[in-house]
Amino acid sequence: MADTPKIRVPKTAKKGEIIEIKTLMPHIMESGQRKDKDGKIIPRKIINKFVAELDGKPVFSATLEPAIAANPYMQFYAKVEASGTFKFSWTDDDGTVTTAESKITVS
Amino acid sequence: MQQISRRAALALGAAGATLSLIGWSRDAQATPDAAKAEIAKFTGGKAPTAGKISIDLPEIAENGNTVPLSISVDAPMTADDHVTDVLVLAEGNPNPGVATFHFTPMSGKAEASTRIRLATTQNIVVTAKTSKGAFYTASKLVKVTIGGCGG
Repeated sequence: MADTPKIRVPKTAKKGEIIEIKTLMPHIMESGQRKDKDGKIIPRKIINKFVAELDGKPVFSATLEPAIAANPYMQFYAKVEASGTFKFSWTDDDGTVTTAESKITVS
Repeated sequence: MQQISRRAALALGAAGATLSLIGWSRDAQATPDAAKAEIAKFTGGKAPTAGKISIDLPEIAENGNTVPLSISVDAPMTADDHVTDVLVLAEGNPNPGVATFHFTPMSGKAEASTRIRLATTQNIVVTAKTSKGAFYTASKLVKVTIGGCGG
């Protein structure tokens, strides 16, 4: 699934400000618990890792289990000291990594 | 004496009826013991102290497929004193693991929100680790009307 993630990051901030970041990745998050109509278990396929970085430095990350709802939503914070680029990445069980970026100007 | 309103009585009845209909196979269900084992792995056997953590969850989740969850840990988030990891467990899901959040001083706040799946009415247990090696824990009961995950 090559869906595009949705991210909400402020474009500008004051130095030292703590900003709120929201992300949503369209994904089925198949739990590996469900059965198809023939009674066979549908194999697990989830986003198992989410990482947020600012200019390559870790801001927040999460290890996800099948108990995370479909279209994994993440809201967290970042303390910004200088302008830079946020990079977000979502890792699928099959190894696919989807990324998104957002620039922030800090004054 | 506290009177149960008609609405509350109806909601309780409906919740009970749905619970009996969901029918998770018993062996597929995590137990508080499985959650305890996960916590012991996380803390390296240390007993976490109660407190410092607040868990925001609806009291009654109508749809277990997507339940909003927010956790927040009271910490200064400075370079030498910050929350590093937060483990979220659901005692009554097929597997207790929900998520582990990793924070850095750049997080600014040890606070995160997501949406989770809950199979049934159960306790959510949150354990936090700080850069000083301290562990804190808190739990919250959530009533689930229609369970998520199975089928």
